[in-house]
Amino acid sequence: MSAQAYRLPQGGRIDRTRPLAIRFDGETYEGYAGDTVASTLLANGVHLMGRSFKYHRPRGLLSVGTDEPNALLSVDRGPGRVDPNNRAGAVEAVDGLVTGSQNRWPSLGFDIGAVNDLLSPVLVAGFYYKTFMWPRSFWDKVYEPIIRAAAGLGVAPEGPDPDRYAHRHAHCDVLIVGAGPAGLAAALAAAGSGKRVMLADEQAEPGGALLHDPRATIDGLPAQDWVAQTLAALDGHENVVILPRTTAFGYYNHNHVALVERVSDHLPLDQARDLPRERLWQVRAGEVVLATGSHERPLVFADNDRPGIMLAEGLRVLVNRYGVAPGRQVAIATVGSSAYTAAADLAAAGIRVTIVDVRLAGDCAADVAFAAQHGIEVLAGHTVVGSKGRLRVSGLVVAPLRADGSVGARRTLPCDCVGMSGRWTPAVHLFSQSRGKLAFDAERDAFLPGTHAQAERSAGACAGDYDLAACLDAGFAAGAAAAGVSEARTFQASPTRTGFQPMRVLPTDADPGRVRAFVDFQNDVTAKDLKLAVREGFHAIEHVKRYTTTGMATDQGKTSNMNALGYVAGLLDKELPTVGTTTFRPPYTPVSFGALVGPSKGALFDPVRRTPIDPWAEAHGAVFEPVSLWRRAWYFPKAGEDMHAAVARECAAVRDGVGIFDASTLGKIEVVGPDAAEFLNRMYVNGWSKLAPGKCRYGLMLKEDGFILDDGVVARLAEDRFHVTTTTGGAPRVLALMEDYLQTEWPDLDVFLTSVTEQWAVIALQGPRARDVLAPFVSDIDLGNEALPHMSVREGFVCGVPARLMRVSFTGELGYEVNVPADYGRAVWEALWEAGRELGITPYGTETMHVLRAEKGFIIVGQETDGTVTPDDVGLGGMVSKVKPDFVGKRSLARPDLVAGGRKQLVGLETEDPHERLDEGAQIVLDPSAPVPVPMLGHVTSSYFSPACGRTIALALVADGHARMGETIHVTTMAGFARATIRDTVFVDAEGVRVHARDS
Amino acid sequence: MLLITCPHCGPRPELEFRWGGEAHVARPADPSALDDRAWSEFLFVRNNPKGLFAERWNHAHGCQRWFNALRDTHSDKFVATYPAGAPRPDIAAEDAR
Amino acid sequence: MRRFNLANLLTEAVRGHEGWGRQWRSPEPKKSYDVVVVGGGGHGLGTAHYLAEVHGITNVAVLEKGWIGGGNTGRNTTIIRSNYLYDESAHLYEHAVKLWEGLSRDLNYNVMYSQRGVMMLAHNVHDVQVFKRHVYANRLNGVDNEWLTPEQAQAYCPPLSIDPRARYPVLGAALQRRGGTARHDAVAWGYARAADARGVDIIQNCEVTGFRRDPATGAVTGVETTRGFIGATRVGVAAAGHTSVIMERAGVRMPLQSFPLQALVSEPVKPVFPCVVMSNAVHAYISQSDKGELVIGAGTDQYASYSQQGGLQITTHTLDAICEIFPRFSRMRMLRNWGGIVDVTPDRSPIIGKTPVPGLYVNCGWGTGGFKATPGSAHVFAHTLATGEPHPINAPFTLDRFRTGRLIDEAAAAAVAH
Repeated sequence: MSAQAYRLPQGGRIDRTRPLAIRFDGETYEGYAGDTVASTLLANGVHLMGRSFKYHRPRGLLSVGTDEPNALLSVDRGPGRVDPNNRAGAVEAVDGLVTGSQNRWPSLGFDIGAVNDLLSPVLVAGFYYKTFMWPRSFWDKVYEPIIRAAAGLGVAPEGPDPDRYAHRHAHCDVLIVGAGPAGLAAALAAAGSGKRVMLADEQAEPGGALLHDPRATIDGLPAQDWVAQTLAALDGHENVVILPRTTAFGYYNHNHVALVERVSDHLPLDQARDLPRERLWQVRAGEVVLATGSHERPLVFADNDRPGIMLAEGLRVLVNRYGVAPGRQVAIATVGSSAYTAAADLAAAGIRVTIVDVRLAGDCAADVAFAAQHGIEVLAGHTVVGSKGRLRVSGLVVAPLRADGSVGARRTLPCDCVGMSGRWTPAVHLFSQSRGKLAFDAERDAFLPGTHAQAERSAGACAGDYDLAACLDAGFAAGAAAAGVSEARTFQASPTRTGFQPMRVLPTDADPGRVRAFVDFQNDVTAKDLKLAVREGFHAIEHVKRYTTTGMATDQGKTSNMNALGYVAGLLDKELPTVGTTTFRPPYTPVSFGALVGPSKGALFDPVRRTPIDPWAEAHGAVFEPVSLWRRAWYFPKAGEDMHAAVARECAAVRDGVGIFDASTLGKIEVVGPDAAEFLNRMYVNGWSKLAPGKCRYGLMLKEDGFILDDGVVARLAEDRFHVTTTTGGAPRVLALMEDYLQTEWPDLDVFLTSVTEQWAVIALQGPRARDVLAPFVSDIDLGNEALPHMSVREGFVCGVPARLMRVSFTGELGYEVNVPADYGRAVWEALWEAGRELGITPYGTETMHVLRAEKGFIIVGQETDGTVTPDDVGLGGMVSKVKPDFVGKRSLARPDLVAGGRKQLVGLETEDPHERLDEGAQIVLDPSAPVPVPMLGHVTSSYFSPACGRTIALALVADGHARMGETIHVTTMAGFARATIRDTVFVDAEGVRVHARDS
Repeated sequence: MLLITCPHCGPRPELEFRWGGEAHVARPADPSALDDRAWSEFLFVRNNPKGLFAERWNHAHGCQRWFNALRDTHSDKFVATYPAGAPRPDIAAEDAR
Repeated sequence: MRRFNLANLLTEAVRGHEGWGRQWRSPEPKKSYDVVVVGGGGHGLGTAHYLAEVHGITNVAVLEKGWIGGGNTGRNTTIIRSNYLYDESAHLYEHAVKLWEGLSRDLNYNVMYSQRGVMMLAHNVHDVQVFKRHVYANRLNGVDNEWLTPEQAQAYCPPLSIDPRARYPVLGAALQRRGGTARHDAVAWGYARAADARGVDIIQNCEVTGFRRDPATGAVTGVETTRGFIGATRVGVAAAGHTSVIMERAGVRMPLQSFPLQALVSEPVKPVFPCVVMSNAVHAYISQSDKGELVIGAGTDQYASYSQQGGLQITTHTLDAICEIFPRFSRMRMLRNWGGIVDVTPDRSPIIGKTPVPGLYVNCGWGTGGFKATPGSAHVFAHTLATGEPHPINAPFTLDRFRTGRLIDEAAAAAVAH
């Protein structure tokens, strides 16, 4: 076949000076700039583009738009840029584009899967619910894998996506969706108001249906000239933004509309790389005008799915917009008038056309006369009972309808292309998503916008106006009202051929139980399937949909829903709206995950928080671990060390010399005001009134339900000022809880809360030599044991930097936490580290911190506690104030189950084998040989090798644990059980003398 | 995404806010005076109407103030927002529609 | 009832499937029933089925205000597992999984329970501790669950990225092989057909508008509906997100809040994802349906609502997470995004049992995880309705636990902190 044999000699909006070539299933096809993949293939006579989902029937293009169910292609734009299920009519042709058909093997023309077509009498709607149940194990191993392999359409992308996607948030006063005649008129009306106007259209150029209408006129101008003039006028308004290739796909609460703009897929492949592929727009609009047009319905007759059988308006688009003849000899089957315009356009392009009109001659006389003027034969009062052909339609089988409704003698109209026109379905998707209520309009046989829920107006075909002048008038009125202008305008336009006769399934003389008339093309749902569903009691349309899968294909029912609904209503002998309409859900057309994700990936997906000292740790070989949103130095291995060796060395350094630790991630809240102490009294289990300025105290905080929420050291800097620390992950939670109580329960308290987590870097110096390292850098604070005992705080200078110096310890050793302004953190750290080197100062990470605190029996909230643990459970019941009348969580501590016996209590564990390190999370049982379910006493919360003890140690929550000292229990391991003995929780320095460093 | 009018900052997207459950559930002045059932009612039982609902919001990524709102939980339409401590506006569900 | 099997299917194929009858009748409500179940989702229909099958109580009506299976049964992501931490939950969900394993044959309806395995990813040390705690506890409770290394996890689910440099690297995973997915609609239809065959009346388009109670005892005597009064001295409410609304009509305030929960599917593709993967740290879960769609879900919107429509930010955040763990899915496209209304209790575990009103029972509070429990929940709720007392498995899931503090807080046990 010669190149572009079906390209018309003239016409269309393609640029014939810019040829291009694309590949489809290994063959090269030529086209022009402005073509889509579909129009390129059709210009070359290629109609077979895909296979259906279930029966693998050969399929061609049904529609030229985004409602296409059949012609779904894999598109390859280069390495990593391959994706499935692209609608052939919506993908703009780009030179070098590689495309391929899907769901066929070994080839599109010869597909083994088509054997399913022979089995179609068995593979009816819902057949899989009725079988595949024996034997039981076969579902997973045999049946399901076969079904899965047969299902699916294209192949998922294989590698990471090299493309970039952008996000844009915008506000406007008027958002207009759709730039057909109604949308353009709305924009014209709104533009002059000066309000911010956005006009979005899914197509490559604005104009909508006018782009393929060579005979319409508006205000005396050819419609396409009017489009150009209107766009030029809009272009002159700075307050108007026009977004082509932009689909509004979601209409959410409070006029939040989501749109996706296809930025670069239409550009030459090498030019596209610098731009994002797509851009997600999230627009908050004051008013929305929906001018989203309508979709044409297919006709339901036997074998209505052969390649070459398309929607009639699509034929018109091919001829007028792309200069493509969809066939040489076309039969157009219709129940309405609009198809006559399509027929006339085809005839004008030199294509032989026959119209088959199901309406009786008397009901379509005006249309027949119009056809006669264009030399088109009309078979009025004829039905379609079948089609011929295999990989391409070769004939349409028609028959006259007799006066009594019976079907006369069949004849076959030879043809290589068929247009179907089953009337129009307004695109009410976005209206419905906005939660507007749809109303059924019997005259138009369609659902139209009814009760509005948001600041929205629908205009044009989506509101049931099919006449051009009516669309323009309604669009203008909607735009004016949305922009709050009072200007009124009417348009003069050429008349539009409208009107139809409702027809659910075309009359036939065949046994309806034998023929297959497709309702949902992609999912292979036939009228027969719908009938079966109704027979089996599926009467709600949602049941029919889910049982037969009609409307659940990638077009989400755009071409099938109304036909299905009408047919089911007929079967049930009910009015159509009483059967229901399916709910329209976003997105209007499928949206790539990439566009929705946008820049929120890699480093920008949950950005990592880093401390001021993080770069130093990285430079010194730290291994990091994620802790909430932070990354923290986990341990600092030296050459050849594994984690175990590094941690053992770090632990020993702290116990014997001095270690340095970055504690900057600790949450920090400054609590200030005359009532600060009273406020803390109400937030913490322990009391604060008697804590003297200059002193620190460990605080424990509960939720109102009585369970531990957070803990940390609180330093009183002055009568009215506290420096509160929280756990690393708990800081936002604690601040939020404090603010909540302060603002809503105790607004009378005079207190201010400020998050200062990121204002202070915290450097912990821990170990017997800590003071020796620190002392040279501190001039104005007496570090002596008497002057600055354990649990005290001073403000002064460290390394000449203003500091809050706390003598606190989470290791059981002499320790200081040096708080300095974050920007000085690294400098102070480096100064201390340099000076400490001669004393063997050792940087340590979170793992060593965990070991050291576990040796002392100190808990970590979130590890020893899990949201079900009380202070008493972890041995901190003594901290709970008995004198305070109330604090958050106090009342709950008295609830029956919180004072009942048998609660799990924190204990220490020693394994029988001193080298056995228990798994954290391991369960504890008394009798490992007990039958399942084995009663569990509790679980291991922390488990480490303790260098100080020379053995492993563990902490655990055990039922009645405090009463089980010395008992032997069994702890689960991946291989079985380990024996261990219950003991107290303090493994090192039980007397707690080291922290006071009295001997120094 | 909701559009929420903070009484202090004006209309802002939902992303800036944190929801706080039912409004006007005051913490008892003396919790210890409550029996277990009354205390559990305070802790856990909340109105959950399909219709007008008085609820708490915190403008977490804004002024950080807590305030209250009346919203129809069926339509998600806000009828009013008002500062914490102010009484619930006397608006009937019908007026909200 | 015509049996579903291959022989009958082939017989019908020859004669155009004219011989299949209704899968369930559409009866007019009777004046009274022994038991009325409010709510025609999987839990309600299943309850009716087990009342008839196990307890021989067939004078039962299921009242559904819309169409059966139209609530959360038809809106969820169909994940089934029983790897819960606490004994109470593990026993409840394991009871369900065991029933799932035989459900297709019990109902003579292929519900397509596919034991593809549910894998939960651990992304940090805390996750490892929590998931190992689950693995160990599950094993002692007779629930299968095993710990996988990152390499084993990837071998089980090849699309998984285990790049250690990832923002949330995979440090391991807990795998329950017996977990999986099922065809959600078929569960409702299968229960409806089986219950109907035993005489249960399934009444659609029938909303309960009130309760009639004995003035002396306060006990339930029946329900007012949009189709008239229906008498019953035992009423079980299984109304999911609308439980508070129904129970308020009986004068009972519930510790529940209803939230929108969203899910989405991609366009269908050939098999690419062999199991179910969940990640608590990044808040997402994903599987692939038999039809080929990737089925993806996440957490609820933050505010209470009955609107079945959440915000786009929930969807985008979920997809952020999915594409972070599975970068290859970036070019896949979202086909449909929808919401349901889930009822959440303070401890996020269900309430199954008595209420303060004699004769009125409730089964609610399943939050985001009700589908997986459907057969187990229905089975024990039927027991409770039939005997007036809870089955040992649902005995801990009382309304009273919020008073005593004996909560069953699975989510707290997995809480991320420190």
